[in-house]
Formats: sequence, C-alpha cells, structure tokens
Amino acid sequence: MFGRDEKVSSFRLTAVQYVILGIFLILTYGLWRLQVMQSDIYTLQAEKNRVRNVPILAPRGKIYDREGRIIVDNYPSFSALLLRDSSRDLNADADLIAKGLHLDATELRQRIRKFNSLPQYQPIFLKDDITPDELAFIEAHRNELPELDTIMAHRRLYPRNGFMAHLIGYVGEVTDEMLNQPQFELYNPGDVVGVSGVEKQYNNLLMGKNGSRRAIVDSRGREVGRLDETKAEPGRQLKLTVDIDLQVAAEEALEGKNGAVVAMDPRTGEILAMVSRPTFDPNHFAIKISKEEWVKLVTDENHPLLNKAIQAQLAPGSVFKIIMATAGMQEGVAEDMHVNCGGGATFYGRYFKCWVLAEHRVHGPVDISKAIYQSCDVFFYTLAEKLGIQRIAQYATMLGLGQKTGIDLPQEASGVMPSEEWKIRNFKQKWYAGETISVGIGQGAVATTPIQLARAIGAIASGGTMRRPHVISPRDLPANIIPASTPGDETQISIDPKNWEIITDAMANVVSPLGTANSAHLQGIDFAGKTGSAQTISNTLKAKMGAVGKSKFKDNGWFVGVTPRRNPEIVVAALLEEGEHGYLAARVASQVIKAYVEKQRRQPTKVAGSPAKTEIGAVWSTPDSEGADHLQGGRFFVDLPKKRLSLATAAPGMQ
Amino acid sequence: MSRYVSFRDFDWFLFIFVLLICGVGVMEIRSATMHTKFAGAHIKQIYWVMGGIAAMFIMSLFNYQALLDKVHWMYIASVASLISVLIFGQKYLGARRWIKMPGGAHFQPSEWVKLVLILAVAKYFADLHHRNDLSWSDFIKAGMIVGVPMLMVLAQPDLGTALTYLPIAIMGLFLGGLRLKQATTVLLLAGALMPIAFFKVLKPYQQERLTSFMNPEADRQGSGYQVNQSKIAVGSGGIWGSSEGSQTHLAFLPVPQTDFIFAAFAEEHGFVGALAVLLLYFIVLMRLTQNAQTAPDRAGTFLVMGVVAVLSFHILVNVGMVVGFMPVTGIPLPLMSYGGSSVLFIFLALGMVMNVRMRRFVN
Repeated sequence: MFGRDEKVSSFRLTAVQYVILGIFLILTYGLWRLQVMQSDIYTLQAEKNRVRNVPILAPRGKIYDREGRIIVDNYPSFSALLLRDSSRDLNADADLIAKGLHLDATELRQRIRKFNSLPQYQPIFLKDDITPDELAFIEAHRNELPELDTIMAHRRLYPRNGFMAHLIGYVGEVTDEMLNQPQFELYNPGDVVGVSGVEKQYNNLLMGKNGSRRAIVDSRGREVGRLDETKAEPGRQLKLTVDIDLQVAAEEALEGKNGAVVAMDPRTGEILAMVSRPTFDPNHFAIKISKEEWVKLVTDENHPLLNKAIQAQLAPGSVFKIIMATAGMQEGVAEDMHVNCGGGATFYGRYFKCWVLAEHRVHGPVDISKAIYQSCDVFFYTLAEKLGIQRIAQYATMLGLGQKTGIDLPQEASGVMPSEEWKIRNFKQKWYAGETISVGIGQGAVATTPIQLARAIGAIASGGTMRRPHVISPRDLPANIIPASTPGDETQISIDPKNWEIITDAMANVVSPLGTANSAHLQGIDFAGKTGSAQTISNTLKAKMGAVGKSKFKDNGWFVGVTPRRNPEIVVAALLEEGEHGYLAARVASQVIKAYVEKQRRQPTKVAGSPAKTEIGAVWSTPDSEGADHLQGGRFFVDLPKKRLSLATAAPGMQ
Repeated sequence: MSRYVSFRDFDWFLFIFVLLICGVGVMEIRSATMHTKFAGAHIKQIYWVMGGIAAMFIMSLFNYQALLDKVHWMYIASVASLISVLIFGQKYLGARRWIKMPGGAHFQPSEWVKLVLILAVAKYFADLHHRNDLSWSDFIKAGMIVGVPMLMVLAQPDLGTALTYLPIAIMGLFLGGLRLKQATTVLLLAGALMPIAFFKVLKPYQQERLTSFMNPEADRQGSGYQVNQSKIAVGSGGIWGSSEGSQTHLAFLPVPQTDFIFAAFAEEHGFVGALAVLLLYFIVLMRLTQNAQTAPDRAGTFLVMGVVAVLSFHILVNVGMVVGFMPVTGIPLPLMSYGGSSVLFIFLALGMVMNVRMRRFVN
C-alpha cells in the first residue's frame, strides 16, 4: 500500500550522519579535555576524595605530686554522632534515639531539621561525654539504628570538688581568637589547650604532638584501608612540687571559708600546697560548661576563678610588721627603741589608734620583741616615723613586696609597695608623711599577695635567702623550658644574726600564750609566725555606710607561719577574706604546719630506710628505791618502718 | 511475503557490534558493583541481553508494514497507558512513572511509548509521499503526535524520558522536508518560551539540576556532587585508565552501574578505552543510517532513522553528562547501562531495524 514513491532526500540523510559525527567529536573532545588535558587536576582530586588525614590525638601528659601520686589523669570519653547519609528515616527514629540517649525528641527533630541545609556527610553531634549505659544503647542498636555512631577522645579527669583547681587550672577548646596568634599556628579548631594554672603554664609540655593517619575512605567517609601512620607523641608527664598530704590539710583547713593558703619550702622555693577558696570544678570545663554555670562563676563576688594565693592583692596588715622590724633593726633604729603604748599616739597632728584600744586595754611599755608578738601598732607607728617611707620601701622591695615573685603560674599579680616615687608616678602627688604611719602597720596603699608574704617572711626566717617559688622543680623540666624570671632564682638580703634571732624568737611567741595567736599554738612543734588583720575600708567610712559588723567589710585576716622558727623547712601564708582576725588565719596555717611536721615524723630518715635495725643512742633516768633519779645512758637497736607511710595515695577522685 | 524474508539478510555486522557494546557493559557492571549490595547485577544484565536478543529476533519476524498499519491503535493504547499511570501509578520519589502489575512486576509505559512514537512518526511522514516539502499544518500535526505523550510524561514528572521523545520528532521533521524558515521560527519561539518553561513547568529539583550543571563547583556536595564526582572519575582515568578506580570502587561516583557507567568505564580504562567504546557506538549508528538508506520505502527509512535519533540522543545526553557538558537527567547509556527496560527497548527497536533491512529487496 505504500507506493515506491519519492525516496527520502539522501542529502538530508548524509547531513544526519555529519551531525552524528559532530556529536561524537564533541564528546571525544570532552573526554580529551578531562582525561588528557586536565588529568592531573582530577587525579589529585580523586586522591583527595579517597585519602583522608585522620588526626591521632596525643594524650595530654598526666600530672603527679612530688611523690608520684596522681593528680590529673585522662579518661576515654565517647561522643554520640548522628550520621545523615545512611538513608534512614531520621525523623521516624528520633523517638528511639532520644529515649536511648536521654534527649528531648522534639529538640532532636529540630536539630535534624536545622542540619538539613548542610552537606549530608557532616554528622550531627548529639551528645558529648555519654554515660556507659548510653554507649551500651548505641552498641546494642547497631543494626536497628545504623545512623548512630560514636567517636572517642581522651578527656581530662581532674580531682573532684575543686581540689587544687586553681593551681592545676583547666583546659578548653582553642578559641578563634587564639588561632589567629602566631604561637597557636599549629593548632586546629577543636584542639584542646590549657586555659589556666599549670595546664596553661606548661601547655607546650603537656600537650604532646598529634600524629596522623592517611586513611582510604569511601564516599560515606568510612575507612576502608590505611596508607601510613605517624604515631602521636604523648604529652610529657609533670611532677609538681606539691605534696598531696599537705594540700589535703590545707584544703580541709580552708573548707567553707573565703581566702587562700600557700605553703612553700623556703629552702628551695618549692610550693608544697596552694589553695584558694571558693573553688570550682574544672571537670565541668573539660566537657562544655553550661552558660548558666559560667555566668555564676564569673559574677560571684567571691571570685571563685581567681587564684587568690597569687592574685589577691590586699593590705598585709600586721604581717608587714616583720618587714618593718627587719628594716628597723638592720638600720639600727629598732633594737633599742622603747615605746609606751597608751592605746594610740599622735603623729603629724593626727591620732592613730592601737588595735588594743578596741579591747579597752593598753600595751604599756613595749620593746621590739613585745611589739612583734603583741603586734603593737604604736611601736610600729613610731618606727615608721623614724625610718621614713624611703627606707621602708627599700626593705620591702628587697623582700619582694610589690613585685611578682616569678612563680611558674600564669597571671600572677604584682601588688603595690608605695614610695615617694610611686606616688608621684601614679598620682602626680607628693607623699604625705602621715601616710608613712599607716604603711608602718601594713595599711594604706600597701598591697601584697599571699605568695609574696610567704616568700618574704620565709626569707627573713631563713636569715635572708629569698628563692623564686615554683610548682615544678627546674630539675624535672627540659632545659629549654625553664621559665626565666626577673627577680632571679635566688637573692640574698643581709640580716644580722642577732636581729634574726630576736625577730624569729618574737615570732615564736606569737603562737605562745603571750602572743596574738595563742589559740594556734601547736604542742611540741617549734612554730613561729605573725598575724595580721587588715581593714578593707577605713573605720570611719564603715561607720558612714552603716556597715559596722557586716561581713562584707570585715577585716581580712592574715597569718604567715614557719617551722622551725629559724631556717624553716616550710612557710605557710594563710589569708581569710573577711576573716576579721589574724588568729583565725593562724589556726588555718597551723593545721598545715601540723600536717607537715607529723608527716616528717612518720617518715623514716635515710638511715632508717635501710633494711637493717637502726642503732640509736639515748640518755634516760630511772628512779631508785629511795625515789632519787639516776641518769643512765646506752645504745639501742630499733626497728623502723622500711616503707614510708603515705597519707594519701592520690588526689581526691583519682584512683 | 515471508518467502522473501531470510536471516541471510539479517544484519550480522550490526549485531556483532551491538553485542560488543553489551559485553563491555556487562564487564563494567561487574567491576562497578563488585563488593556492593548490587553485586551480581552483571549476571542479571546478561539475562536481560539474552531476553533482548530473543525479543529482537521475534520482532524482526513481524512485518514492520503490518505494524505501521496498526500504529494508530498502538498510539491510542500508549496515550491511554500514560493517562492510567498518571491516575493509578505508583508514586516513587515524588513521581508517578510506574504501574504495579499483578505478580509484583513494575511496568513503565513511557519506555514503550518511544517505540510507538518511532512507528507513528514513520507512518505519518511516509504517508506524506507526494512531496519533500513540509507545510506548516503537517509540521504542527507531526509535532502533536510527539507532543501529546511528551507532555503527559512531563506531567509524571519525568523530564529525562520526555526529552528523549523530542529527537524522534526532530528527525522526522528534518527528513520530512523541514524548511529553514520553519526551523528558525520554532527555535526562536522555543527560545522565548524557555524562561517561562524553566520557572513554571520544571519542578524545583529539576531547576536545581540545571543550575548546578551551569556551575557545579558552587554546590560540591549537593546536586552538583554527581557531575563533579563524574568528572573526577573520568579525569583521573587519564589516558590509559586508573588501576585503582577509586572513584567507582569507593562509591564516590553515584550509581556507577546505570547512569554513570560510562564514567566508571572511562575511569578504569582511560581515554583510550572510552574512545574505543565511542567508536563502537559510532559504527553502530553509521551502520543504522546505511540501513535507512537502503530501506525499501520511506516508512522504513523514517523508522530506522527514528531509532538512530533516539540512540544518538541517549548517547549525547548520557556521555555529555558524564563529561560535564550536559545536566544530570537520568538518561541511561543504551546497551551499557544496567536495566531491563532500557535493554529490551533497544533490542526491540533493533528488531524493527532488522525487519526493515530484511525486506529491502521486497517488491
């Protein structure tokens, strides 16, 4: 039925062939362009696709006390992830996931929706630091919920209840701001960095070096093979000079109070204990601190984040009288000075009260020794007038007041030691002679930190040798990391041995029945120190504000004590903010001193540490039948414990 | 009539090249699905090819002229099936393309409509035997024949398949004597309507595909992802091919056994291998055109050229997509891509071509 009619134009058929040829030439060009001309670029991209650099995180170095007891440890912590490219209906699974991970299902759905616009390969972080039962839930539902996954990271485990929190510090994620600084150029977002305390000071030692693994991954980011691996170098372990047993004693002594305690070995500068109250729990920083908790910590007027042992700058009060006494005696002024304390005295036309007046007493005739253990203000007003501000400032500065001690902790405060130049420089005003009188009892513009006072008093009791305090012994540090310090590691102040004896004996009387801190007396322990009660505001201002007796403006209580009184092995500075009286601070310090001495007595000497019996010589008396004593002498062999008796095995909350 | 028909006239040359392409396809499906959940797909593909070959032989026995006689019935049936898909079809990924058949099988009518359209267009232009010049009314009628089912497929929506109908119409019109004036008029009109079509007719995901095609780098992990990964696969193949074939084997390349099979092949066998496969296709197309020239009548020529048009378009769009010249449309590569419908359609179409060739000396 179809006739042998006109054929289709062969010209047009040929044209079609050329069109097809054209198409194939274009496609060939497409292949040529990708596979020959730009092959290198695409090979590189394919390599980038399949090879991923997976960082191997270096565990941060652990921190131990001076006897190798653990203070800061790491623990494996798991985070729950939601993979979104597993072709599961996430909305349908949300209820089960929320139940298993203790999340809110509605909130979870909102998060899933929020992430919809982001690339599929990016997982959603559901929860950090999941509990063992949540981890078990994920493991048990591998088949039903393949979109759930976990990743492991080492997290810091700090002692509980804020034990030693200020000295240790804490870590946090490196901030964007830090990443822009040159010293953080090797960091990546999400890396952990020390934010305060030892964690910050020795961050470079603690952090180690991350390794990396070149892994072959498929399009879902799953590892299907490995190319090579650079191992992570774990962070260096640090041994602090702190003794956990003393730290425990100091923490307990200060529990529930507001202030600081610092214990130091003045022979070496080793910090044996350092406490600041109130405290915070650094474990909360190790994960992610809630905003609420952060605001609470920052706005608390008792400044829980401040390490008061090195950052509180307050008037030292009567503790300053030891510096005054040293200056006065070295200058030959104080030794023969006798003052009659009638409850106050007038200088430059103004009446200055002695503290005893408040107790309706007077000190009567006072010499340097009594002035120290009875803390007579009138004596030191007079001494200050005689010395003048320049000589006071000279000795105080020599003893390290008003300047940083150079301790190896970040953000140490310098305090203030006023002088004529200081006043002109800062206030462009002349020094008034009346101000010198206040400075004489550690009031006025004088501001010191507990660590400064511990160092100064420790130096005086040691006969004038000042050492830079440190929390890690330079012996335990690599040579290139030992922190340089401006005051120098050791300085010598000349103190006449006779003056030294008088001052230290007077300090010993402070904690005797004669002294201002008689209630801090320690039976059988050669304990010496000096109390201080410093006004936060003047009494007249207090009266004006109607704040008399209110805790807010109560005096700060100070005590700096040593044992033994000369060439001490330990110096303890205690500060009680709004603690009113120095003797309360003295009781805090005495507990640390007591813990130290008791520990020393339980500890065998080097000889006793040897396995054999130890020979000791002794003299004793025995009564004869008539009741008269007969002195006898002889030698004994005694068994001393071979092993040291340790009080604590680790910081609280650690194994 | 059958005494004139003999398998001696069967186009064995064409058949061998078609089988070569199928063989390459099966090998690549095997390689691309190894260690995936689709492992073993190449065996299924072999069954499809064998079924396709059987269908081709059966098809070649039917007199194409008899088919052309009944083409209006088939056309009506086609339109009816497309309407029923729109009404009763299974919704899958937002489109109605399938009818569930008793026994669990799925039927996608839009594939078979292609065959019917080739026949219908051939019949229409063969009947216009009196002249080689195309009138506007013929132009519009021919356009309607293809346009109606095309709009219905577009409504499913299935832009890719709808577009494959277009070359059938263009080929028919061109060979039917399309005048330059008509071509330019239509092109200008299409150009003017394009922006409206883009915003009114296309679904957002289709728009996205087109825009991501224009600038694939802008959305590397979203809808530009496939184009990008395909280009990386092809490019990393280099001249001789990549021994690792990581783009394919680590699943960066999406659906490497179906739409992106050419990318997988190009990655593993390089420029040389890809060019060889293109050459195979080119030979097949040239052989088909040659068959069209020797066809016994106008209808035969139009029929074969309709097949050429569909095949060329598939190759252009699919390989063009793989090398980044074309947007992602979901059009498979004939004979190589895994899938029963596609393989069966091509073998049935080839069966019609064989039938035309075997009857070239009739009358």
